[in-house]
This record gives sequence, structure tokens and C-alpha cells, in this order.
Amino acid sequence: MIASILASGLAVGAVYALIGITYNTMFATSRVMSFTAGQLGMLGGVLGSMFILKLGLPLVVGLVLTLVVCALIGVLTEIVAVRPVLKSLDQHLYVLTTLAVALLIQQFTAIQWGTEPQPFPRLLEAGSGLLDEKYWLPVVTCAVTIIGLEYLYRRTLVGHAFIAIAEDNFAARALGLPERNLRIASYALAGVIGGLAGFSGGQLLLAFFANGPLLNFYGFIPVALGGLGNNRGAVIGGVALGLFQQAANFYAGGIFASVAVFSLFIIVLLAAPQGLFGATASRRV
Amino acid sequence: MLRALPFLAILGVGLATPLSDNEYWALIVTRIAIYWVLISGLNLIVGYAGQLAIGYVALFALGAYTASVLAAGNATPEVPAFAALGIAGLAGAVFGVVVGLPALRLRTFYFAISTLGFATIVTQIALAWQPVTGGGIGVPGPALPAPFDTPWGLLYFCLGFAALCTWITANIANSRFGRALVAVRDADVAAEATGIDKARLLILVFILAGALAAIAGGLFASLQTYITPDAFTFELSLLFFISVLIGGRGSILGPLLGTIVLTLLPEVAAPLAAWSTFLYAALLLVIVLAVPGGIAALIDFRNRKPLPAGRVIASRPEAIQQLIAHTATPDTLSLRGITLAFGGVKAIDGLDLDVKPGQIHGLIGPNGSGKTTTLNVISGYYRAGAGTMTLGGRTLAPGRSTDRASHGIARTFQTPRLIGEASVLENVMIGATIEGRASFLEAMLRLPRHRRDEAVFRERALLALHAVGLDGVAEVRADRLQHSELRFMEIARALMLRPAFLLLDEPAAGLSHDEIDRLASLIRAVSDAGTAVLLVEHHADLIFAICDHVTVLNLGRILAAGSPAEIRSHKEVVSAYLGA
Repeated sequence: MIASILASGLAVGAVYALIGITYNTMFATSRVMSFTAGQLGMLGGVLGSMFILKLGLPLVVGLVLTLVVCALIGVLTEIVAVRPVLKSLDQHLYVLTTLAVALLIQQFTAIQWGTEPQPFPRLLEAGSGLLDEKYWLPVVTCAVTIIGLEYLYRRTLVGHAFIAIAEDNFAARALGLPERNLRIASYALAGVIGGLAGFSGGQLLLAFFANGPLLNFYGFIPVALGGLGNNRGAVIGGVALGLFQQAANFYAGGIFASVAVFSLFIIVLLAAPQGLFGATASRRV
Repeated sequence: MLRALPFLAILGVGLATPLSDNEYWALIVTRIAIYWVLISGLNLIVGYAGQLAIGYVALFALGAYTASVLAAGNATPEVPAFAALGIAGLAGAVFGVVVGLPALRLRTFYFAISTLGFATIVTQIALAWQPVTGGGIGVPGPALPAPFDTPWGLLYFCLGFAALCTWITANIANSRFGRALVAVRDADVAAEATGIDKARLLILVFILAGALAAIAGGLFASLQTYITPDAFTFELSLLFFISVLIGGRGSILGPLLGTIVLTLLPEVAAPLAAWSTFLYAALLLVIVLAVPGGIAALIDFRNRKPLPAGRVIASRPEAIQQLIAHTATPDTLSLRGITLAFGGVKAIDGLDLDVKPGQIHGLIGPNGSGKTTTLNVISGYYRAGAGTMTLGGRTLAPGRSTDRASHGIARTFQTPRLIGEASVLENVMIGATIEGRASFLEAMLRLPRHRRDEAVFRERALLALHAVGLDGVAEVRADRLQHSELRFMEIARALMLRPAFLLLDEPAAGLSHDEIDRLASLIRAVSDAGTAVLLVEHHADLIFAICDHVTVLNLGRILAAGSPAEIRSHKEVVSAYLGA
């Protein structure tokens, strides 16, 4: 019992954490929380299934194609839904534009792919029972992503530029950093991370068009827990959420689990609005 | 009333539906009426308060299931249909507040997500809680008693109820509550200074909108006669939400037209039905990027007429006495040892300040010397690290921006904080919000006390506009005014409170020479009426012309204080700030 809670909790938790990181990556360069984060996760599953199962492409080709499409969707989001509303960030128009793009993606998928959940291929044919690949693939992916991001942000010039933009947009532009290109790059990167989340968690979540809103919600909770823009907080929050949800599922049943997760979300927001590993509030006047 | 005509025309068309003798149309029109019951409430949240509630289908589903389960007696003894609808409304009110809690403190994305989250869990619960909800098989909807048990009977009932909802939400929208909602949306900082308590206000609206959404759900269950979780898709939520946005913010008629169009669209264009949500989403994107004002902006002919060029602000200081006419004697505002640091920087460093009634107190100093910061500490936007503030004998609670209006403290801002989509008159009326005596319920039903409030506000606002010299543009949308007019509009708003203290933050910035003269005589008149004025300004001429007392700040400390003549000859002030 405990073992299966751990296995499935860690697995879904890793997927939630990855979606949380997707939110954060877009937020860092644009101060925009985008509803496309969950849809990217959904697409990771649907595209993976389409390329590998439907079209019979090899795993690596399917993975690369999936990530390329997701990166393109990320870039498209930046151009269509983010750039036009950046000037009036305080009006929160981005909530509407990114929601619109997210829904366009979802409905297009529903019509072209179908509204029934479809199977996702086994990728490595590795492990069985609680050591099945479907449980550890998301965890490994999450770990690799976080290590890769740490390396990017700490060791590379581009990563330093990302951090500069995230810390102080105006100062970064004054230094001559190509702010727009970096923002586009970060949206492409977010597309890749979101796609990875859906791809690695595909065997758990299946290739299902309606996964988007679900991932939007469960992927945002780690961000709210960890504080906006805090990737380590998102990982801790995501894993905690996954374990909590699965434990509640096993011990008290599905209804209670959903109610408990929602209540937890509201309580955390009210008790620690900046998240548990929070950042500071900004000056308004 | 001319404004009611379009609504009556729409209601007339709805009531005439039986002439078609086609029950299919009865179904469609009833559905529009039911959707509008929900959307009329949602409109207050999305269109007026600007809170992005994207998952309101959850409250619709909650109401549908509560009413159906109670009427069917799945979990309790059978409840009569109307009582079941009422209980559903109560449940909707409670959950409307629960879902809205994040909106009270956090940025709007959190609220959007929390409504989305609620929408996902309500459907999951409806599926999983089989003994009560029937799971995927569903549950019969409540059957209304005669004469509402026929399609036409139900149609009339829903149309009647929808008309009632239009009336009550329009009453709220046109009351001080509605104006306060828009103020919170467009100028939250200014709203706090006028004493508007955002949390309290939003909770009242969440209760109303939640109850209406749930009752709409119950009626929807009656109309469908049988409900399953499939009926409450996110697409439906989207229809509700987009109807408001297509209709336009801050309008009742716009969203009503939006509801009608979006509900009819898939019926009229059947081949599009599969793509309807895709089209809604595309429409949403186009509207936000291209027509942010929605239908309401398209039919707002009054604000298309060009304003007369070369307008002059002809202020009438003699009207100030009549406007302010103090009843209570103002007290002295005293700051003692106020200290405030941002990180390691001390913005204010042990400031003592006394502002006496009937006095104009000038606060000057170089940029970054802590002038505006001092105003913001007094206004309660910043919480001082040390020191006390008293008003007469009473202590001003640090960091409580919403209780300053009740102490008689009004202010203007360095950049005018206007409510762009409201008229100039409404912008000014906001200033007296805390004097409203009528409750939310009284405003909703237009009871006498509410009408009295409105008459008082309106009369005083017109007088204030007359005094500052903006009476010619009272009905114009505020974002069409020039910068200088906005400065005078803010002063009119502050005077609505009949303040004991008036804090002015660089009121002369951007004004012409003539306008500064008028401003000077206005401030003088305000002070003569007994109000204490604290004036932050860079125009040294203005300061020395009208101030009784001047304090010079430098690096958060007092460099000099005294009469204008003393300051003008003060060596350090001249060398540090005024220049030789």
C-alpha cells in the first residue's frame, strides 16, 4: 500500500512539478502566468501517442518531433498571446489571451484527435509492478530537467541573461540584452519542458485532449506552494501534492481526494499568499 | 426611462415566443433566460469587478445537482421543487464565497485558477458520488408545479426570473457598490483611499452571483428534465465567461446581447456546432486584442462625439465653503518619530510633523527626499517601522489604508488614479462611498434609503465639479479628459468626503500657468473652509504663495521648517534645493 502510494504519488507529483516549472519558465522572462502550460503537457501525451503509436515512428524520432512541435507552440503563444499584452500587464489581459490560445489548442486537438482517451506507447519496455517505467520515467525526467535548468542558469551565458531578465527587465534591456529573443527562447524552452511532462507521464495520463485544464490546475498548485518563479519550490510542492493526492485517494477515495486537494489549495493561498518559499511583494503606490 | 427600452424590447420578443407555436423555440428561449440568470450575476464579477471567474459552470452544476438531488429525495426526504431551488441558491452563495476567497487578496490569475479547479472537482464528485448523484447515469431534474410544468409555463417563469435578475444586478451596478467594484478594478489604490473595503465588497458580490448561478443550475435541471455530469462541460463555462467579455465590461445590455448571440449561434449555424468552442476561443482572442470594449463600446454613441477643443477649467473657489461646510471641528494631525526603510535605504528617518486645521502645510525637498513616502505612510499604504501618528487624541493605525476616509483624510495622487471607463461624475461620486447608509440589499431593491443616498451623492458631486470647474464634462468618460482636467477631477473626488485633512501629491505637475493660479485659489478656499492641507509640490512659487508653513525634507529628515519667508532665506535650503 505505502509502496504503491509512493510510486504513483512520486510519478504524478513529478508531472505536476514539471508543469509548474513550465509556468515558471514563461513567468521568468515575461511576468505572465500562461494557461498554455497545461495544454503543453496534454500535447506531450497526444503527440507522443500520435507519432509513435499511430505513425509508427521510432521512439527517439517521436520524442524529438513532439518536443519540436511543443516548442513551436510555445513560440506561437509568445507571439499571439503574450507580446501584444505585455504593455498593459497590470490589466491582466494575459489571463484572457493565454486562455484563448489554450482553448484553441484543446479544441483543435479534440476535433482532430478525438475526445476519447487513447493509449500511450510503452517507451522502454522496462520494469514491472511498482518499478514499471510509467512510475519512474516522470521522476527521472523531472530530475534531469531540474539539473539541466540549474546548469543552464548557473553555468551558461544564456542562462545568466535569463536570470538578468527575470530579476530586472529594465536594467537588463539597458545593458543591451536582446530581451525579446530571450523571451521567445524561454517560451520555446517552456514548450519543451511541458512537452516532456506530458510525454514522460503519458502512460499514466494517456493521450487525452481534456488533460489540459487538469494539468493547469494541479500544475499551478506547486507554483502557488513554492512561490512564483521558484523552481525548487515547484519540485518540492509538486512531489508533496502528488503524494498527498495519492494517499488521500488510497485511504479515503476519489471524492475526498479532490476535495482535500482543492481545500489545501485555498488554505495555502490564504495562509501564505507568497507561497511557502515565497518572494516579496512589490510596491504599488 | 429610455435606458430600459432595449431590455423591455428583448423581454417582449421573449414573451412573444409562444406565437411561433414551436416548442423548440420555447426550449431555446428558456435556455437563454436561464443562462442570463447566471451571467447577470457573473457580469458583476467579471464585467464590473474585473475578476476573471472562468469556471462558473461549477456553481451552475452545484445548483443543478443540489436542486435535483433534494427534489428526488436521494439523500433526504423529498423537498418541494421551489424549496429545492432556494436551498440550491444558498449552497451557491456559500460556495461562491469559498471559490472567491483567493480573489480577496491575490492577483487575478489565482482566482481564475481556483474557479477552474473548482470546476474540475465538481464534475469529478458528480461522477464519483454515485448513491447521491447517480454517477454517470444521472438524476432527474426538479419538476416545477403547475402552471410551470409545461414548456410555455417554464418559459414564462424563467423569463420573469431573468427580468428580475436584470433589474437587481442593474440596481447594484448603478449603486455605490457597482461604482466601488469598478473602482477596485481600475484604480484599487484610489479605492482604498476612499475607504472601499475590497474584500467585503467582493464577498457580497460573490454571494449574489453564486446564488444566481446555482438557481440557474436548478432551473436548467428542470428544463433538461434529466442531468448527467456530461451536461456541465468547460465549454459551457466558456460561453458564460465570453458572453460577458463580448458584451463589454461595465455594461448590462452588452453581456445580455452577448448571451443571446452566443446561445443562438450554434442553433442557427448547425454545421458549426462541433467547432463552436473553437470559435468562442478565437472570438475571445480577437476581442481582447482588437475590440477590448466589446459590444457595449460599439453601442456607446454618446462617447463617440468629439469633446469641444480648447476647454477651460473655470474653477469657482467660492463654492468650496458650501461644499465642505464642516460639522465637526478638525483636529491636528501629528507624526512623531516616523521611520521607514526599504531594504537598507532609509526613506524616512525620524520625522516629526504637525498639520494644523485651516493651515496649508507645504512639504518640499529634492527627489527621493521622502515627501510622497510620507503621504503614503499617512495614507496607510506603507507601515512605518517606528513612530506614531495621531489625529487629535486618536491614533491612526499604521498600514490601514481603508480606514483613513473614515478619519476624514482624503488625498490625490502623483499620477491621477482615474476610473477610465466610468463617467467623470461617477469618478467623483466614488469619493463619498463611505457615507452611504443603504445596505447591499437595499441598493439591490432600490429601497428609499438607497435612493436618498444616490440623490445626496449626485448633488454633492455636481457641486464639487462645479467648484473645481469641470461641470461641462460631468457625463464624459473619464479617460477622454486631458491630464490637467484629471488633476482637478481628483481634487473634486477628494472634496466629496468633505475632508478634515487633504493630502495633495504634486497637484500642479503638468498644469499650465493659469491652471496653477486657479489651483492655488482652490486650495486656499479649501483651507479657509477649515480643512488642513498637506501639499507636496515642486513648484516653489506655488508653495511660497499659498503655504502657511513649509517643511523641507532631505534624505528622509527635516532640513528646515518654518514660514515661507524663513525658508526662502534659509541658507542650506537655498543651496541644496532652491538654488541661488
